[in-house]
Amino acid sequence: MNNSVSSAGRLLWAGLRALLVMTVVCGVIYPLVVTGIAQAAFGNKANGSEIKENGKVVGSSLIGQTYNLPLKKGEETPAPDLKWFQPRPSNGLGSNSVNTQYTLILSGATNRSGDNADLIKWVTDAKAAVVKDNSVNGYTVKPSDVPADAVTSSGSGLDPAISPQYAKIQIHRIAALNHLTVDQVDKLVADHTSGRLLGFMSEPTVNVLELNVALRELTQK
Amino acid sequence: MSPVLAGVLQFLALAVALGLAYRPLGDYMAGVYSSTKHLRVEKWIYKAIGADPTTEMRWPAYLRGVLAFSFVSVLFLYLLQRVQGSLPGSLGFSSIDPDQAFNTAASFVSNTNWQSYYGEQAMGHVVQTGGLAVQNFLSASVGIAVAVALVRGFARSRTGELGNFWADLVRGTVRILIPIAAIAAVVLVACGAIQNFSGIHDVGQFLNEHSLGGSQQWNGGAVASQEAIKELGTNGGGYFNANSAHPFENPSGFSNLFEIFLILVIPFALTRTFGRMVGSIKQGYAILATMVTIWVGFTALMMWTEFHHGGPAFDIAGGAMEGKENRFGIAGSSIFSVATTLTSTGAVNSFHSSFTGFGGGITMLGMQLGEIAPGGTGSGLYGMLIMAIIAVFIAGLMVGRTPEYLGKKIGTRQIKFAACYILITPALVLCFTAAAMALPTPGNSMTNSGAHGFSEILYAYTSGANNNGSAFAGLNADTQWFNTTIGLAMLLGRFLPMVFVLALAGSLAEQKPVPETAGTLRTEKPLFSGLLVGTILIVAGLTYFPALALGPLAEGLAS
Repeated sequence: MNNSVSSAGRLLWAGLRALLVMTVVCGVIYPLVVTGIAQAAFGNKANGSEIKENGKVVGSSLIGQTYNLPLKKGEETPAPDLKWFQPRPSNGLGSNSVNTQYTLILSGATNRSGDNADLIKWVTDAKAAVVKDNSVNGYTVKPSDVPADAVTSSGSGLDPAISPQYAKIQIHRIAALNHLTVDQVDKLVADHTSGRLLGFMSEPTVNVLELNVALRELTQK
Repeated sequence: MSPVLAGVLQFLALAVALGLAYRPLGDYMAGVYSSTKHLRVEKWIYKAIGADPTTEMRWPAYLRGVLAFSFVSVLFLYLLQRVQGSLPGSLGFSSIDPDQAFNTAASFVSNTNWQSYYGEQAMGHVVQTGGLAVQNFLSASVGIAVAVALVRGFARSRTGELGNFWADLVRGTVRILIPIAAIAAVVLVACGAIQNFSGIHDVGQFLNEHSLGGSQQWNGGAVASQEAIKELGTNGGGYFNANSAHPFENPSGFSNLFEIFLILVIPFALTRTFGRMVGSIKQGYAILATMVTIWVGFTALMMWTEFHHGGPAFDIAGGAMEGKENRFGIAGSSIFSVATTLTSTGAVNSFHSSFTGFGGGITMLGMQLGEIAPGGTGSGLYGMLIMAIIAVFIAGLMVGRTPEYLGKKIGTRQIKFAACYILITPALVLCFTAAAMALPTPGNSMTNSGAHGFSEILYAYTSGANNNGSAFAGLNADTQWFNTTIGLAMLLGRFLPMVFVLALAGSLAEQKPVPETAGTLRTEKPLFSGLLVGTILIVAGLTYFPALALGPLAEGLAS
């Protein structure tokens, strides 16, 4: 009995030493070496692909933002600032619930199923809003023109991109509200549309932040 | 180009890349586990452990090594989270509560990476990088070690010796996982994944005047280095809550395919390692063919159901884009979701709960097959070899002769071990699910109601007991009930099967080889691969059909 207790003890001691030495290898040396290479070779990307406008950081090209009007009294959620290209909905984003010294945005999805009543309502309302907001000056958006990404929340809630179709139906609205011609905005969208890598990887997308930065530059000219 | 065609091309590109890596990596791994040489760094590590890497272990000793190391790992990871509040480098985050700390420790040591916490607001640099990411390496390495021990059981005769656990653990980590992960991490950074040690910091926004305090707050972190091993070791625990859907973890369509490649590359290549070590490459190809058949079939079904987008909300939206990122689209999300649930990864680039009813069912069935096509690092291979034993047994029953596999007799003892192995996980999944449904409070955690609510709980225990870690994440799993029961399911679902695998390995290694005769079932032929696919589908189907009928099948048929 004593013998087996002491041999179990020896084994656990070996296990602990193995864990500690492997922690140094995998948990200290490995991440530090990778960080060193990453910072030296891809500094901007390793630090979050920040975008600057006139020397001021306005966000990351990878992280979606909201483009809303200030919250008015009596509103629960702020209304979108329709002057700017609008991103996808993000109903799954959360806010900090622990360690509340920070105001972190928690990435996440809605996790609602296809037959969920909330989701059906969100999608229906979003579709109606997209049709209404984008039908301006004789240009009418048909419900069948609205692509799925315009009315659904992404997996992270931080999707930086919209589909080219969603960008396209916003063009007339953006032109009208920013006193630009439709052709000007059309060209802007075309310049900021990325196709599939090598023709098949990824989906065609339009980066909303980059597009809005370019739009602001155009309007301030 | 249509999205469907682009998706098919993505899948083909992935298959070609995996095919190119198959031989060199498989042969390399066979060399690693057969070599008698020790690298200098390995000698230092053995010295620190106080272990002699040349000592051969019989199965009980090998098992004791696995269990002792894993026990210490759970304890260490638990304590690390419990004292997080007092550790420097933790961003000022507080310590994790006992039930959640137990759940997370069990989760990462068992290669599950189920997460009932939000990464960005709960875990600081020390716990993420020095605790969780370390287990990403070590749990994967333990899995491969156990698989290699079973392969040695087939390859060796009249000995009972299965190798040295410490040597297998250290070699797998130092020679296989770290080099590939380091390269992969740099590739991911080049795509845009972040890799720094800054704290939570403010970043300017486009519309400064309107946002929360005029800025947004971001976490820094060693994300790319953790992401690489998270996929490569089929772990799956995200740095951020959104996991591989988060742009900092998975920035582009290319990084998406690259991460799927990392998930699948070791599990597939291990069949080559197996073939090499048992002395017949063709035996490895037969196992590979079985895995590939299931993988291709599941991916095709998933693409079909997701593009078809059945479900009221998706019909209104005009596509099943809920919970999916634009840069991946339907195809990139479908390929990823199948890869992650047919292995023990559980990383997600899109949220399975918002897949179509059938799509959610495919992810669940993928795990319920036992995660063997190609399965987790190591666990996929040993799980598949257990199924191969069941298959030769069934074939033996048909012709009335004692079955053999790879020159070893599959007698009563071996079949008992194999049968125990395949009963453990379903028993855990179905009993815990039934208990959770029968009790009054666990149901309060559901976000969705009806069939999908049941699916959330069935998915949770399926994912836990099979060591997957993905979720129908509407379920609020941070309750004492779920933290405790899923924690137990993960530990039992990981280590009980290992007991039977190693006992089986020991019993095989003791045997003397049986000469091949005209009556021997040719297990390197397509006929056997077909038999194996059938066996796997029938065993899982018979076990889980009633439960699946109540959840995803009911939802899918109604839409």
